[in-house]
Amino acid sequence: MTSIRGTVLAVGAAVSVAALSACKSGNAQQRDTARAREGVQPKTQVASRPGSTPAESAAVLPAGALSTQGTGEWWMPGRDYSGSRYSTLNDINTSNVANLKVTTTFSTGVLHGHEGQPLVVGTTMYVVTPYPNLLYAIDLTKPGGVLRWVYTPPTSSRAVGIACCDIINRGAVYADGKIIYNTLDAQTVAVNASTGKEVWRVRVGDINIGETITGAPLVVKGKVIVGNSGAELGVRGYVIALDVGSGKQVWKAYSTGPDADVLIGPEFKPFYARDRGTDLGVKTWTKDQWKLGGGTVWGWISYDPETNTLFYSTANPGVWNPDLRPGDNKWSITLFARDPDNGHAKWAYQFVKHDAWDYDEIMENVLVDMPFNGQQRKLLIHPGRTGFVYTFDRTTGELLNAEKYQPTNWATRVDTKTGETTEEPSKRTHEGVVTRDICPSSTGAKDQQPSAFSLRTGLLYIPAHNVCMDYEGVEANYIAGTPYLGASVKMFPGPGGYRGELVAWDPVHAKTVCSVKEDLPLWSGVLATAGDVVFYGTMDGWFRAIDAHTCAQLWSFKTGSGIIGNPIAYRGPDGKEYIAVYSGIGGWMGAVAFPDVSIDDPYTALGVAGAVPDIKQKTGMGGMLYVFSL
Amino acid sequence: MSSASSRAGRGARKARLTISLGTELAVLALPVVLFALLVSGSAPEQAHATNATSAPPKLQTLRVCADPNNMPFSNERQQGFENRIASLIAHDLGVPVQYTWWPERRGFVRNTLEARSCDVVMQVPASYELTEHTAPYYRSTYVFVTRADRHLAIESFDDPALRHLRIGIHMMGDDYANSPAASALARRGLAAQIVPFMIYGDYSQPDPPARIIRAVATDSIDVAVAWGPLAGYFAKRSPVRLALTPVTPASREFAFSMAMGVRHGDSTMRAVLDTELARRRADIRRILEDYGVPLVESSQR
Repeated sequence: MTSIRGTVLAVGAAVSVAALSACKSGNAQQRDTARAREGVQPKTQVASRPGSTPAESAAVLPAGALSTQGTGEWWMPGRDYSGSRYSTLNDINTSNVANLKVTTTFSTGVLHGHEGQPLVVGTTMYVVTPYPNLLYAIDLTKPGGVLRWVYTPPTSSRAVGIACCDIINRGAVYADGKIIYNTLDAQTVAVNASTGKEVWRVRVGDINIGETITGAPLVVKGKVIVGNSGAELGVRGYVIALDVGSGKQVWKAYSTGPDADVLIGPEFKPFYARDRGTDLGVKTWTKDQWKLGGGTVWGWISYDPETNTLFYSTANPGVWNPDLRPGDNKWSITLFARDPDNGHAKWAYQFVKHDAWDYDEIMENVLVDMPFNGQQRKLLIHPGRTGFVYTFDRTTGELLNAEKYQPTNWATRVDTKTGETTEEPSKRTHEGVVTRDICPSSTGAKDQQPSAFSLRTGLLYIPAHNVCMDYEGVEANYIAGTPYLGASVKMFPGPGGYRGELVAWDPVHAKTVCSVKEDLPLWSGVLATAGDVVFYGTMDGWFRAIDAHTCAQLWSFKTGSGIIGNPIAYRGPDGKEYIAVYSGIGGWMGAVAFPDVSIDDPYTALGVAGAVPDIKQKTGMGGMLYVFSL
Repeated sequence: MSSASSRAGRGARKARLTISLGTELAVLALPVVLFALLVSGSAPEQAHATNATSAPPKLQTLRVCADPNNMPFSNERQQGFENRIASLIAHDLGVPVQYTWWPERRGFVRNTLEARSCDVVMQVPASYELTEHTAPYYRSTYVFVTRADRHLAIESFDDPALRHLRIGIHMMGDDYANSPAASALARRGLAAQIVPFMIYGDYSQPDPPARIIRAVATDSIDVAVAWGPLAGYFAKRSPVRLALTPVTPASREFAFSMAMGVRHGDSTMRAVLDTELARRRADIRRILEDYGVPLVESSQR
């Protein structure tokens, strides 16, 4: 076997997919090697594996496909624990992807933002819709796919009004014979994957205080890991672990507050001195503000079975006006490494101290093992909202490099020796002070839409934005009968004449290898496959395939609505490779496309209208699953 | 691929946006159109057509958008001063009042007035951009609320006594926006004295923003800075005598003129309301005084 370029941590199997030092050439021989390997049972098992319960109905979930995820399946949001979004399937590859055709479509009946991705378990596909959070099971053995059942969770419609509007959902996870996901009104539900019957349902958060859940759970060692949303309503962020069998709480780790609440103990060993100390979740705030501290966990969760470590990062600090909350405001905008057994923190790294831009770092943390400066290392790659891609040694929390991947001027560099970021003081916002041309804007160089990592190229494919902002004066505002003045922020396209870019990032040399510039910001996730094809969608509905080595466009198809979902690859019951993606504009920026949303409304989509004022002309609402094959 | 960028840039400069930028709330900002369709079944037929009205039919119902749980402004039992004023106007017009209840939070105007399920928001700041508005019908101010038996008599954020007091303020929870008291205190280096109360509070409880006034009565804070109408109403009902002093100097930051809000372009409704407001000026003032609203003269808007 040739030297290992990269390894992701697969579910139930340490798939040491090798691939190839000279990967950039991507020749046919290598592809054949990968093909031969695909489908071969992995020899090594990881210590833990989800879903060891045999199927209740072998017809739906063939035995043998259950204890470990097959190469053609997609059991969890990022496909594997690493969050790689890499499929080892390669029937669809650079030489034939131009022939990709729509095989089937399915309307979810919900005209709203479709973030997230479907799952494929055995011969069934599972689709979770935006609120009201229906779960569809689609039988893939029938031509065109036939609906097997629909599960409708009891959700509080009043809650939606209180939560004020969010109705997106980022998907489900399969484990223990169950499809498990979160509802907007802050419940977690587990549904029998065969029958569609609810197994358990628990209320995780309280909608009355503004808690919602939009993120997807992950199941690790018999625990369902769930994070909350709602930082803007003063919600205090946390991650909770529920027993996969019963839904009962096992542990809960807050993002702010005393160490006892954050589950920080003697085993907590941050790499940098800046993140060490006692009760920093209280001491780095003024008075009781940590109780409104934000730091919610609404993004992606990943897991390293080898070191038994969970990884996720937290949102921005709670209340606005950074001048009001002097201090670092820990643990907002922080990457946490935790032991999934008891939730205890192993290390943490705060990306941005004392946030003044809303750089909400809930982005994915992709785990890969690959050679780094001549040494095989366990990496964690975090493409940041801040405009930097951060590469860590995930065993220690040491930052190995952090470089910019989009126009970024709020900071000049990140020092890997100290972990500190050198800010540009003129770009730090203060209430009552006009600050112009801050890049990136609060939407970040990317938002929640997840990247994909190719084991064959060793590159991370990042869906990026290029949007900047001015922070201006004040305007009359009004909540709960109470008038007040709010600052006004204006977003606009960043320099360079493009608003979106698919960036192929080399995490070792910390540089862009190739890229595709797009007119609109990219709000879809990315899929990379062993066929050396990278898939992503655009906000105006184009679904594209590019060459993983050169970024050359190989294929493009216009779906009915803007794409903000994340593509997946799977092998159908007929043995063929399929690619699936949602089409349905929405999300933060995408909401500007809705007909009832005026771009003159200052609340519209929270200010991003200035970044995409043209989107109404380019797409309309939708809610479709598209499936493609050769 | 990038041809639209410059155009987008101009568009951006045109649209001034108060933002609550946000994170997951970003996503939370999605309008609840779907919710309306699926749950309430009150799908707006007319989508976003504006200025579509010509020769409107005679008013059949006064359709009011209001919060079901926010005294002294409004509640589902119609006990608030907004409810009283709405009834007064409807009576004059000889029509019934019909309410669309929605928590007054981000998305309120979009999901009620803009969704055309109602036509009037009984009060908005007179310089509010989300609605068109009538002439202002009252002006109030933020006030300091203290226990009368403490004799603190705080009138200004420059009062040195504030350096040693626990100061309760509302937090709006929007990025880029907060209570004016928050910035006044931050500017004076008094952030450490702040005891925050989310304006949203716990919506399962009655009148969530009122918790800050009760906190003064129970001595869990020394002073609250709150919007006058809220403070005035709950101070009147407090078991402990409370003292209210307007924040001075009165400025654009602390005093607001309040008007009724209608949909942009709905000049018919605006005219009806303006006529009523002029005619019922004295009655409305009496209602506001009944509710303990601290009124200030409108020297400026």
